[in-house]
Amino acid sequence: MRFESPTTTKEAAALLTGELGDAYILAGGTDLLVRMKLGLIEPALVVDIKKIPATQEINVSDKGISIGASVSGATMSEHAKLNKSWPGVVEAANLIGSDQIQSRCTIAGNLCNASPAADSVPALIAAGAKAVIVGEQRRRTVPVEKIITGPGTTSLQKGELIESILLPKQAARSADAYLRFIPRTEMDIAVVGVGINLTLARGVIQSARVVLGAVAPTPILVAKAAKAIVGTKLDAQALENLAAACSDACDPIDDKRGTIEYRTRVAGVLARRAAVIAFKRAGGA
Amino acid sequence: MSGFLVSTKINGDAFQFACPSEETLLDSLRNRVGLTGVKEGCGTGDCGACSITLDGSLVCSCLVLAAEADGREIGTVEGLSDGMKLHPLQEKFIEHAALQCGICTPGFLISAKALLEKNPKPSEKEIRYALAGNLCRCTGYDKIVRAVQAAAKEMRKK
Repeated sequence: MRFESPTTTKEAAALLTGELGDAYILAGGTDLLVRMKLGLIEPALVVDIKKIPATQEINVSDKGISIGASVSGATMSEHAKLNKSWPGVVEAANLIGSDQIQSRCTIAGNLCNASPAADSVPALIAAGAKAVIVGEQRRRTVPVEKIITGPGTTSLQKGELIESILLPKQAARSADAYLRFIPRTEMDIAVVGVGINLTLARGVIQSARVVLGAVAPTPILVAKAAKAIVGTKLDAQALENLAAACSDACDPIDDKRGTIEYRTRVAGVLARRAAVIAFKRAGGA
Repeated sequence: MSGFLVSTKINGDAFQFACPSEETLLDSLRNRVGLTGVKEGCGTGDCGACSITLDGSLVCSCLVLAAEADGREIGTVEGLSDGMKLHPLQEKFIEHAALQCGICTPGFLISAKALLEKNPKPSEKEIRYALAGNLCRCTGYDKIVRAVQAAAKEMRKK
């Protein structure tokens, strides 16, 4: 195995493009090293992107907040402006693993690992986040929901890597929230995850994005669930419609963490709770 | 197999070693540096027995490639005591019998130290969450939590 730690994203893309064998990107390594240890992969090349300054920064601008691809969950939790603008994204990222994992894990890695149960991905999609992708020849910016194509697979081409995740500027009277359900209090994989971002106008929900995780092969943006709460003050009927729309959108697996029936039901319950949190954060009453 | 030369500072001392690129920092620390206080439990980041600090942040050394440690500072349980004088956490772990077999202990000590550096007066809940990445199959955790509380109290006196 060859180990490289380039200092620019272009150089990283060139290394990935030039490698004929299996090439992998290393940011936090919390998934990559596990897969190496278990013998699931045998990389010919590992490209550590942590020495690339553009991947290490959180930048606040008029356009929003850009989070570098090797920024850890712990670093995100310490960024005041990020916490204020996108608390749901931060709480989702911080749910991943222990403090040891938080020191290393990244949201770009969570996205590229493409687990159906990835915690940060529903929150990113709800927030309308985009991934800045760099290849040897071109850069492109793609909505996060276009990245994961199935369990463990992404739309990234050979030689491409994510440089940063761009969160839009949060609108006024808006807020996001993320909740997940696991069978124990800490350190487990989501049975259901729900990310919600919503905007109010005179106390009424004007727009919303509702995203479910761990209940389908990929995280799903549920337009019908958003529709169920837009135009309402999140009254009992709206919450019931939201829950029904979420449960309806589920296509989960049966496993030791939860049955199909259970995951489907919990998706609705969790969506109601996440919506209430986002609504209150946005100043709704 | 291509090799890699790693220059680090371990527990304050400069140290250089060569290793294959795919070697984990856990294996290098144990087998090349001789720091066997770093334990391998699961090898997949679940148990925390291999916890160390890398440039001050708490990590599982099984999930770090040794090559990544080049130019960085490592802290292990061997660096906890001041010569023969034990760290308050070590003393309180002994006093409270917060260990039986001892495999998890170095990891718990490193994690607890990382917690107390950030939060000198953690609540029981904060301690339990901060140590959630360290597994112990002997103590039932209660004695460990008491030991960390006692050490925190002791350290605040100084």
